[in-house]
Amino acid sequence: MVNENLVKDVVKEPYKYGFVTDIETEKIEKGINENIIRLISQKKEEPKFLLDFRLKAFKKWQKMKEPDWAGLGYKKIDYQDIIYYSAPKQKEKISSLDEVDPKLLETFDKLGIPLTEQKKLTNVAVDAVFDSVSIATTFREELAEHGVIFCSISEAVKNHADLIEKYLGTVVPASDNYFAALNSAVFSDGSFVYIPKGVTCPMDLSSYFRINSGDSGQFERTLIIAEESSSVSYLEGCTAPMFDTNTLHAAVVELIALDDASIKYSTVQNWYAGDEEGIGGIFNFVTKRGKCLGKRSKISWSQVETGSAITWKYPSCLLLGEESVGEFYSVALTNNLQQADTGTKMIHIGPKTKSTIVSKGISAGNSKNSYRGLVKMGAKAKGSRNYSQCDSMLIGDQASANTFPYIKSQQPNSEIEHEASTCRISEDQLFYLQSRGIEFEEAVSMMVSGFCRDVFNQLPMEFAAEADKLLALKLEGSVG
Amino acid sequence: MQSTMREADPILEVENLSASTDNLPILKGVSLTVYPGEIHAIMGRNGCGKSTLSKIIAGHPSYNITNGDIKFLGENINSLEPEERAQSGIFLGFQYPIEIPGVSNLEFLRVSTNARRKFLNKEELDTFDFEELVKEKLEIVKMDHAFLSRSVNQGFSGGEKKRNEILQMALLEPKIAILDETDSGLDIDALRIVASGIKKISNAQTGIILITHYQRLLDEIKPNYVHVMSDGQIIKTGESDLALELEEKGYEWTDNFIKET
Repeated sequence: MVNENLVKDVVKEPYKYGFVTDIETEKIEKGINENIIRLISQKKEEPKFLLDFRLKAFKKWQKMKEPDWAGLGYKKIDYQDIIYYSAPKQKEKISSLDEVDPKLLETFDKLGIPLTEQKKLTNVAVDAVFDSVSIATTFREELAEHGVIFCSISEAVKNHADLIEKYLGTVVPASDNYFAALNSAVFSDGSFVYIPKGVTCPMDLSSYFRINSGDSGQFERTLIIAEESSSVSYLEGCTAPMFDTNTLHAAVVELIALDDASIKYSTVQNWYAGDEEGIGGIFNFVTKRGKCLGKRSKISWSQVETGSAITWKYPSCLLLGEESVGEFYSVALTNNLQQADTGTKMIHIGPKTKSTIVSKGISAGNSKNSYRGLVKMGAKAKGSRNYSQCDSMLIGDQASANTFPYIKSQQPNSEIEHEASTCRISEDQLFYLQSRGIEFEEAVSMMVSGFCRDVFNQLPMEFAAEADKLLALKLEGSVG
Repeated sequence: MQSTMREADPILEVENLSASTDNLPILKGVSLTVYPGEIHAIMGRNGCGKSTLSKIIAGHPSYNITNGDIKFLGENINSLEPEERAQSGIFLGFQYPIEIPGVSNLEFLRVSTNARRKFLNKEELDTFDFEELVKEKLEIVKMDHAFLSRSVNQGFSGGEKKRNEILQMALLEPKIAILDETDSGLDIDALRIVASGIKKISNAQTGIILITHYQRLLDEIKPNYVHVMSDGQIIKTGESDLALELEEKGYEWTDNFIKET
């Protein structure tokens, strides 16, 4: 049909962030072995406990096998052909932003994340990560006044070693899975957040991850701790240049919420997805997990996944504390030959725990988009409840969508509710909107954003606007 | 109502139009001219090509024009996109209005109205101004404000969908409205509301084409002309009493016309 082709044109997105910053970098040699791990740890001047943590993880990783249960198709990754540490060359010690290489500041400017004092975003504190290192973190003093710690994880290792030693790896143990083990062995940088007891973080915190070099992997590690009765909203954004090789991104994010604490973690993921033939793009193998340790604690994940050649990602919640709450709101858009296998795990351990899952998958082109989720009610999760809703939208007739909901219950006094639907943008729907004077592109984008509304409503305001724009951009193209 | 004097320029001219879908001919040389203020009724059996004609005039991509022209206000519109036709004042009321989950009816109506207003060089309306306008138009079709916050046509009853179509017509103020079986699936009360809505919206500058099987809509809205279609052609044209005759004698009666031609 004529319109099928039009839809295909419309979803061909131009990637705005595909540029490379020409900057001198310090890279270590390719490959992974014990010496490389010692070298990374040494470069970062880490205490011994962390080196031990890394080496133990590496030993475990060597014994593990790359998982294939998601049925994703990709060329075998040669882990010896990856550079595990790459950093832009800078002065040894940087005391202020003025000493940051202007090229780096310019890069983040171009990405819409200005860092300098005059231009920085007014209501969001940003930690900007470029390849393996954190470049700058804004609003640090203002946050410090409230006792909030927001810095790169490398800095936290130096200045808050006690917190790192206490919590690192307690939510996602190194042995959790293949990619988590790899990350634990070689992680370079990432963000660290600590919200003290009773504090509501005065502004949104945000990390922006930029992969610049083509042959290095990015292995960032994020740790967020919310003490009793505290709350924080954290945003994560990511982009990468267009290379015709695949770049590995294997991150680990750990969240910990104590009594009555709440953490809202939002992601807009726009890594380079590869071209129409599926050449290049990021392999995004990420482990994100939150632990609701405290009573009435709450962890809420919301994500808009639009990039990466392959996405393998299941932001999850371990609901230990009585009456704790886990939420997962997700939009995943795939196009061309992209593959996304994403979902969540809600593990109800404590009594009267509650979880909500709302997943919206949109597949266009020849892409493959799967929701995979686990809801588990443990033996002590009496009076717990889960509600899941998984909707798929197909654009064109070559795309595929799957839903794999796994449900396990050891507690008869708990409720699990699951709803799923699949729809297709039909020629008739488009014609109906067009016959009311609405342009073709706008018609597609209205339908897509209507489909995603439940999730967009959960995003922080700045992000919701960005997500809507991003989807519209992905759906922009020459019509006919 | 009597046949008009036809002094003004025609709104719509369909000239010897043939069209096909998947290489299957559906229309086989249809000609039809509508002048301002005129109401035309097109009647005929299922599958005679009535609905196809309306979709082709609105620009549905599934059909190919194999011969002939469609002119709107003197301009050939054969190659215009559906949205361009709509913006310039062609309105198609759907036989089966389409459901669009997730898209709010209010937002849909606003974007649509603004697309038409932009074409007319009128100021686009913000949410507040549009609320005012739509409130006024809701009266015409006796629809509740609650319809606006629902998704487009989703979960609407048959009658509600048809009223929503007339609401759109009221907002878009088209030059010509083609209403495809707007009367089907309506009870008597709903039919009266829809018919009176159509009458309120139309005026001496607009043209209307009613596609219908039944006399009962034409009792409410008296047409100037009645066309009978069969096998992709208009086989007879008459005044409003033709519809009555058709009602009385049935479509079998029209089979004789084909033999005549």
